[in-house]
Amino acid sequence: MATVLVNGQEVEIGASERLNCIQAAAKVGVEIPAYCWHPELSVVASCRMCLVEVGDKKPDGTVAMQPKLVPGCQTPAKDGTVIISDSPKVKEARKATLEYLLLNHPLDCPTCDQAGECYLQDYSFNYGRGYSRLNEPKNIKPDKTNIGDQITLFTDRCIMCTRCVRFTREISGSAELQVVSRGSHEEIDIFPGFPVNNPLAGNVVDICPVGALCSKDFLYQQRVWWLKSASSVCPGCSTGCSITVDQNEERVYRLHPRPNEKAQGHFMCDAGRFGWKYTHSDQRLMSPETRTNGHVTPTDFDTVLNSVRAALIKAAQGGKGKIAAVLSPWMTVEEAYLLSSFLKGLSTDVTLAIGPVRIEGHDDQFPKDVKGHVVAPVKFTIRAEKCPNRAGVEAVLTHFAGDVMPFEELLRLASASQFKAVYLVGGDPEGWMTDIQAEAFSKVETVIVQDILPSPVLKHATHVLPSGTFVEREGVFVNHNGLAQLIHRSVRGPDGTRPDGRLLWDLAQRLGLIQTEALRREIAGAIPALAAIASPELKGQGVFLGEAVAAPV
Amino acid sequence: MGFWESTFVPAIMKGLKTTLKHVTDRKTVTQQYPEVKPDLPLHYRGVHRLNRDEKDRVKCVACMMCATACPANCISIEAQAAPPEWPDRDKFPKSFVLDELRCIYCGMCEEACPVDAIELTHIYDLTGETRESLMYDREKLLGVYDQTKDNPRDPVRTKRGILGPAAEFHSLPTLGPATVVPDSDRSAKNPTAGVIKSKQESHS
Repeated sequence: MATVLVNGQEVEIGASERLNCIQAAAKVGVEIPAYCWHPELSVVASCRMCLVEVGDKKPDGTVAMQPKLVPGCQTPAKDGTVIISDSPKVKEARKATLEYLLLNHPLDCPTCDQAGECYLQDYSFNYGRGYSRLNEPKNIKPDKTNIGDQITLFTDRCIMCTRCVRFTREISGSAELQVVSRGSHEEIDIFPGFPVNNPLAGNVVDICPVGALCSKDFLYQQRVWWLKSASSVCPGCSTGCSITVDQNEERVYRLHPRPNEKAQGHFMCDAGRFGWKYTHSDQRLMSPETRTNGHVTPTDFDTVLNSVRAALIKAAQGGKGKIAAVLSPWMTVEEAYLLSSFLKGLSTDVTLAIGPVRIEGHDDQFPKDVKGHVVAPVKFTIRAEKCPNRAGVEAVLTHFAGDVMPFEELLRLASASQFKAVYLVGGDPEGWMTDIQAEAFSKVETVIVQDILPSPVLKHATHVLPSGTFVEREGVFVNHNGLAQLIHRSVRGPDGTRPDGRLLWDLAQRLGLIQTEALRREIAGAIPALAAIASPELKGQGVFLGEAVAAPV
Repeated sequence: MGFWESTFVPAIMKGLKTTLKHVTDRKTVTQQYPEVKPDLPLHYRGVHRLNRDEKDRVKCVACMMCATACPANCISIEAQAAPPEWPDRDKFPKSFVLDELRCIYCGMCEEACPVDAIELTHIYDLTGETRESLMYDREKLLGVYDQTKDNPRDPVRTKRGILGPAAEFHSLPTLGPATVVPDSDRSAKNPTAGVIKSKQESHS
């Protein structure tokens, strides 16, 4: 146990913790401003923003301060370290540093996308001098729009913290970015003909502390102070990156990663970052439908839910094992529980299967060297399993059905015309059923499809229930590692769709509106493997459910 | 109240005097609108216009400060990256719609604009047959500029550069500090306009 003094306050640092002065000060809420330092990247101490006074407290109680200011990011906090970050000397140094950083900065905040979440603005406001003494013209460098398919560089706004350069060297390993020229002419640039198109490229926009690197997708779409954020989980793969969904006026504008040591760290991949566009697709199923002999009748939710319920009850009365359901790995734990418990209530002999789990290639690990070989230690993994909640749905299925029936097995039973009614839940935006697979349901009397986008099975559907995407729903996703995390609703779905949870709540004729928190308590009581999802820990970084849920594919 | 006052004669006389004064007064205060247009104060805030710059492009840089400042939430802007032949700016408004019916003519948009692109003119008699006709888009607002730019009542107030003085260090003198400068600071000796002397010095 080491004791560090930060501005006179004592900070206890655990024996296994290796912290620098910035992290030690953050423990007692003292902010030491920094641009170039990032917890996931190597230390270069080049921005000079974190300069602090550092000294040593000797065992006899005397304090020996170092004569010069030292960068806090580069100075380890050890037992007896004295950090002073509020002395006039430090404040003067910050003012001078900021004035220097702003020498060539164009101050085009009104047209800069970063304005509002910019560290130059924040630190200038908190620590800056408030004016410049530069009399000479600024050194304005041309913008570079060619440095990547997803990113663009406003060279003149750059403060040369080199976070992006270190990211491409240390996390993605692709090392596309570099610093060219020296002194006032320093610029971030690519090697000619090798743009930043690696699968993690979008992260350089997030780690850029100023508005130099911008996302082409989000560029000029919104001012950031208009965006309302909700924390969520990326559904793109089973890594389950913690994310923040930014929306304004019921329209999603961007996703960005939320640091979560339990899930993925600080970053997310581009496939997830830009993979939400189907939410606003005009292909979405927009109205509940009842279909008889190919004739489509648009209807409303009250009618269709009553018909669905009547059809399921009729099938349940028609004999044993006449109802089957496919629970998509895109459902939340709550939705899977609602559907399973409702169907089990109708007939104890219900066939429950998990929907197709899409596997694409192999797990993609980073950093990679120039030949594409993974370099240890692995810092980021894009998983091959392209669905967010296989583990959670399987835990529910194991509880209700004893084991998890694969989708192919259910297809075989369905084509043998064993079922009278089948409840299919989709949700995979990339499509989850082929034409041949859909044929298996052609002989089933009642096919209920709950999905977001059209799929081949719609032509055999009797009832179509348009449901919601992950930004329209509330619930719990369980990632590959058995980590349960909350997703929150950030936008209302299009008119004529309903979030899955609400649909199933109404279908099960439960009273009132859906309350996921109460439902989670019910699930925790009913399913021992999922007992942890009722704990208050879930609200932060999520909670591990343990070995039973984290079984591999 | 004495006897004389309780007869109410003095009060009646006083009232009649006021009446007679108005009857004999030849000065007119009634404005013969609409035959005669009113003489409005110079700071009158009427219909908006979007100014053009010296190359006849829309001056607006789509920073959306006006939409942010607007208390009536009547401005909606869609920005677009500027074409490469406009090296002096990053973006411009692809669409700029101002709902003149929703607007409360407070002038906050004009205050917020960093490039003096949106201004309120003297046009007060705004009518339309449909709601849509009063949703002023970019072309209509530029049309108001063409209509009013030569009117001495609606001068184009400033001719500042792309993003105001902050971005224009090469064409403007050094900015004065926003805060009081201690005497020990080098900039206190800088003889530029706008330097605020510290308090002790200004009192002596």
